[in-house]
Amino acid sequence: MHPAYSVIFFTTASGAGYGLLAMLGLGAVFGAAFPQTLWFCVVALGLALGLITVGLLSSTFHLGHPERAWRAFSQWRSSWLSREGVAAVATYVPAGLFGLMWLGGWDGSLVWKLLGLLSAAAAAVTVWCTGMIYGCLTTIRQWSNPLVAPIYMVLSAATGAVLFALLMQVFGAGREWHIWLAIAALAASGILKLSYWRAIDTEPRDLSIGDATGLGSLGTVRRFEAPHTQSNFVQREMGYKVARKHAQKLRMLCLLAGLGVCLAACVLALLVPGAGATVLLLIASLAAGFAVVVERWLFFAEAQHVVTLFYGATHA
Amino acid sequence: MTSLPTPEERSGKKLGLVIDLDTCVGCHACAVSCKEWNTQGYSAPLTDVDAYGSDPIGAWLNRIHSYEVDTDDGQPNRTVHFPRSCLHCEEPACVTVCPTGASYKRAEDGIVLVNPDTCIGCKLCSWACPYGAREYDASHGVMKKCTLCVDRIYNEHLEPEDRQPACVRACPAGARHYGDLGDPESSVSKLVAERGGYDLLPQSGYKPVNKYLPPRPRRTGAEPEADKAPKALEALGAGDGSLTEQFFKWADKVLTR
Repeated sequence: MHPAYSVIFFTTASGAGYGLLAMLGLGAVFGAAFPQTLWFCVVALGLALGLITVGLLSSTFHLGHPERAWRAFSQWRSSWLSREGVAAVATYVPAGLFGLMWLGGWDGSLVWKLLGLLSAAAAAVTVWCTGMIYGCLTTIRQWSNPLVAPIYMVLSAATGAVLFALLMQVFGAGREWHIWLAIAALAASGILKLSYWRAIDTEPRDLSIGDATGLGSLGTVRRFEAPHTQSNFVQREMGYKVARKHAQKLRMLCLLAGLGVCLAACVLALLVPGAGATVLLLIASLAAGFAVVVERWLFFAEAQHVVTLFYGATHA
Repeated sequence: MTSLPTPEERSGKKLGLVIDLDTCVGCHACAVSCKEWNTQGYSAPLTDVDAYGSDPIGAWLNRIHSYEVDTDDGQPNRTVHFPRSCLHCEEPACVTVCPTGASYKRAEDGIVLVNPDTCIGCKLCSWACPYGAREYDASHGVMKKCTLCVDRIYNEHLEPEDRQPACVRACPAGARHYGDLGDPESSVSKLVAERGGYDLLPQSGYKPVNKYLPPRPRRTGAEPEADKAPKALEALGAGDGSLTEQFFKWADKVLTR
């Protein structure tokens, strides 16, 4: 599948934003000791909502008619893309009120905690919908895997948790539970992503060109002539396979950045005091961002669409 | 609405095509006449970009593949020409994934259409189609697909014999048939029953309405073409080593110098 850059940027940026929002919301529910200054609320919630907004705006760039994007809120009954749009916009309501109450000094109140919980839940629903846009497509074996939506969730949580740990450290929060949270989310991401890669590598590629054309019962089917001399939309969009041959190297790069650099920096941050920890968590945040962009690129590049069978792919 | 019509809402009519892979000669006339009609009809135009340049690309609603089948029964290989277009599925995921309601399945006749005025060009429908039936028109920013010539089949300004899809009208081999596949008594339904018409990728669960008729088995006992050729040459007098033949060989050599 052809990776649309705006979609990669959208899913990674707003994924991190929703993750950070969920950490703040859940932190409020569980009575976490947030830094006392209001600047923490402004910067942390501002960063979360900023990442979400920039991501959502960029997602409209790959549309043929961005000015009609509002129409996408209408079909939530059947379409995961529409559900994502509705959930994404709905999230602003509890998140905005949560921020306003925090700034107004009502933090710690029951309503504030409830709004935190609602914000976290709305963020989770949005990211789940994003994952299901891909997860519901039975035409792509690598996407219709049941781990796809959970991986979107856990990667969003991990990138959000690393940013959350960085902000807590910058604003001088005391105990180190926020770093442990990031470590746990990163470890969960690594485990799920490794199981996913294992699953798609070992799954049988059981559809052939003979199945697609229905001619397999007559004998072995081969492409004889292409229907057109130049590649068409279907081949450029669905038949895109650049980077697939580098898949193993890119997977290693992703693991190196996400589990190697990022996780190691978080663990080291537990041992180093003060400014050292801040620098390490900054490195961890950058590494997490890089890892998740590589992961999202690979998610597209490794996806093989059934239609490629008609164009001569032997298996899909 | 991108929710599919319920069984109660559906009229029972399933308009579609039956494509005969036995008689299709791969001439691409259906694709050309499709492009010609649809570039001026519903959701027109069907734009080509860089049409006369080195890398042309354009939206076509019908593509004609050719496959070679290595037959298992010792018969010579067969070439099968394979037109591929929208199958107007009964359970089309291309419709349900649409976030705007631009893609829809008509309750009255089962035709799957895209409204070019509300499509946002997100391309998700093309990802959901296993048959590659939808092509994005980059110059208009909307998705294009086969309309089953909805602007011909009901068009009272056309002569009755022209009220069928352009591809069916154009096919010189009679390999394309149009009709109501929801009616077991229709000529297309009878043809499907008689010839063992099949669905493409039935495991997709999309229940295509269009059917494909498989190539007929070769007649048994018929002499393979390859063995006929030498005999035909012999019949023409070639290879008998006669004086006349040697003279013509010599003449041929002299004249080619």
